[in-house]
Amino acid sequence: MAGMVEKRGLSHWLTHAGLILGVLVIFFPIWLAFVASTVSQQDIVRPPMPLLPGDQFFENYRRALVAGVNAPVAWMLFNSMVMAMGIAIGKIVISLLSAFAIVYFRFPGRMLFFWLIFLTLMLPVEVRIVPTYEVIAGFGMLNSYTGLILPLIASATATFLFRQFFLTIPDELAEAARVDGAGPMRFFVDILVPMSRTNIAALFVILFIYGWNQYLWPLLITTDPSMNTIVMGIKQMFPSGDDLADWPVIMATSILAMLPPVVVVIAMQKLFIRGLVDSEK
Amino acid sequence: MATVTLTGIHKSYGKTEVIHGIDIDIADGELIVIVGPSGCGKSTLLRMVAGLETITSGDLLIDGARLNDAEPMDRNIAMVFQNYALYPHMSVADNMGYALKIARRPKGEIAERVQAAAKMLQLEPYLARKPRELSGGQRQRVAMGRAIVRDPAVFLFDEPLSNLDAKLRVQMRLEIKALQRKLGVTSLYVTHDQVEAMTLADRMIVMNAGVAEQIGTPLDVYERPATVFAAQFIGSPAMNVLPARAEGRVARLANGIGIETGTDASGDVLVGMRPEHMERDPDGPIALDIRMAEPLGANTLLHGSLAGIAQEIVVSLPGVHREDVMAGSARFRIAPEACHLFDAGTGRRL
Ligand SMILES: Nc1ncnc2c1ncn2[C@@H]1O[C@H](COP(=O)(O)OP(=O)(O)OP(=O)(O)O)[C@@H](O)[C@H]1O
Ligand SMILES: [Mg+2]
Repeated sequence: MAGMVEKRGLSHWLTHAGLILGVLVIFFPIWLAFVASTVSQQDIVRPPMPLLPGDQFFENYRRALVAGVNAPVAWMLFNSMVMAMGIAIGKIVISLLSAFAIVYFRFPGRMLFFWLIFLTLMLPVEVRIVPTYEVIAGFGMLNSYTGLILPLIASATATFLFRQFFLTIPDELAEAARVDGAGPMRFFVDILVPMSRTNIAALFVILFIYGWNQYLWPLLITTDPSMNTIVMGIKQMFPSGDDLADWPVIMATSILAMLPPVVVVIAMQKLFIRGLVDSEK
Repeated sequence: MATVTLTGIHKSYGKTEVIHGIDIDIADGELIVIVGPSGCGKSTLLRMVAGLETITSGDLLIDGARLNDAEPMDRNIAMVFQNYALYPHMSVADNMGYALKIARRPKGEIAERVQAAAKMLQLEPYLARKPRELSGGQRQRVAMGRAIVRDPAVFLFDEPLSNLDAKLRVQMRLEIKALQRKLGVTSLYVTHDQVEAMTLADRMIVMNAGVAEQIGTPLDVYERPATVFAAQFIGSPAMNVLPARAEGRVARLANGIGIETGTDASGDVLVGMRPEHMERDPDGPIALDIRMAEPLGANTLLHGSLAGIAQEIVVSLPGVHREDVMAGSARFRIAPEACHLFDAGTGRRL
């Protein structure tokens, strides 16, 4: 490893040049979006496309946040935040508990339940979307946060992950806790959950982004613009008829939609990477 | 402070019985070592006392109260596990105080008791550290500290030293013994190491395949082993046991040699002779063909066999002996009172 770091030859510079080029290629569209969100509508529709930010930054973002096209973007951001947090936290709580049950308790049908949960791994949201819609509509949960969150909250992946992690925790630890007088829930809260914290952080990041980027489901069950989430909201902003697309506002919205996942990743980066790389011994 | 009584303790997993009835009365403050080969049921027995395994039948009494069905926390026991089982995310102090915290003791009292235990175990500089920042020996101490802090009626140890290197093991062994003496807490200690058993035990339970072969003080077991198994398990190198025919006070080996045994018997027997009890004697009855000598410094082990008997015999002589001096063959004698006689069928002492 040290040798690789010390190397300062031509290949070192070539690798870096390659990497920088890669970053630029990937970053370019985002840059364009940002530029588009800071200029006026006229600048965009008149070729050539501007490559440097304009002077409309505050104006465009203010318009997006308070007015938007169908609903204020601030409001949609809030909706998305509720949905993403609800899904991430809900999934983590539920899968922690179900993994705890499956690993530490012997009850009839334990393996059956585990395999049932595991089976749902093979059914993505899109496959079961029609029956799910029926159920949610039947419960009268259209246009509600509950309707947005509930169907996505059970997670086989997370349950499976926590199960695998719990299985690596030595039995002696559970026994020591028992001898120390900790009941099952006490053991769960005091020992299992803190020990899982890097895994929880990693999952939180993944699930937050998963929830944030949900498109099809919110599109189906929210008809009221005030319940729109931001990712579907962007799509809704495109004009349907001959109207002109308000590109600066749409681009400002896109940039705004990207920010929360980025913030979450950066905030959780340390724990997140540790959770993916190694589990605490 | 407590007495522990086991009566007719059995354990079965499904149809397979792994503990076949153990009885022992443990006095207050006594340190009982459970020793035996791997898989003989030592841990199972200990875990039944701890309440981590159910007792299939029999009674467990601590201070006269039958606790077969009590939860571990209601038995007033503390356990030290083989792999320490420290909570990895808690500091040393939190690890030690966890049981008290669950028992809702006031914070001040917890801190005080943790401090006192840490002082006793020289753990004071490490109280704020996480277990992964400690060495194996220090972790072992923390595990002991966790047990001490609770001031339990009974300590249970399951091979607490088996993950330490040989030198540290000797040191910790002495510390455990001193600590147990000082605190006077009744203790059950599982090990497969007979030296550990000899040095630690007030009394030991020699277990084999779920049966207590012998319960007695270390010297008792050494001097008067109740069975061939106990005789060969305790003592190093292991006792030589040869089949023979007893004729009064003489046991005649298969090659016709008669050995005076000091025990009246007749019929098929097993003669046990400890390697360290065999003495060089040019006129001795036992002629050993020496195959190999192992000089260990303090003593020398001679491996060989008797003429006409295939079985390997070991003799331990004090001091250094050069192999060439031993000249291929030598004669030995053994004092009659140092011979052990066992029934050839049952393996019990005669
Ligand atoms: N859960 C179980 N189900 C079935 N058999 C078991 C179970 N646990 C232990 N046994 C059996 O019980 C016997 C005693 O096991 P135990 O763990 O008490 O041995 P031990 O004397 O502690 O051995 P070691 O020195 O290797 O730790 C073994 O033969 C083992 O196979
Ligand atoms: Mg064991």
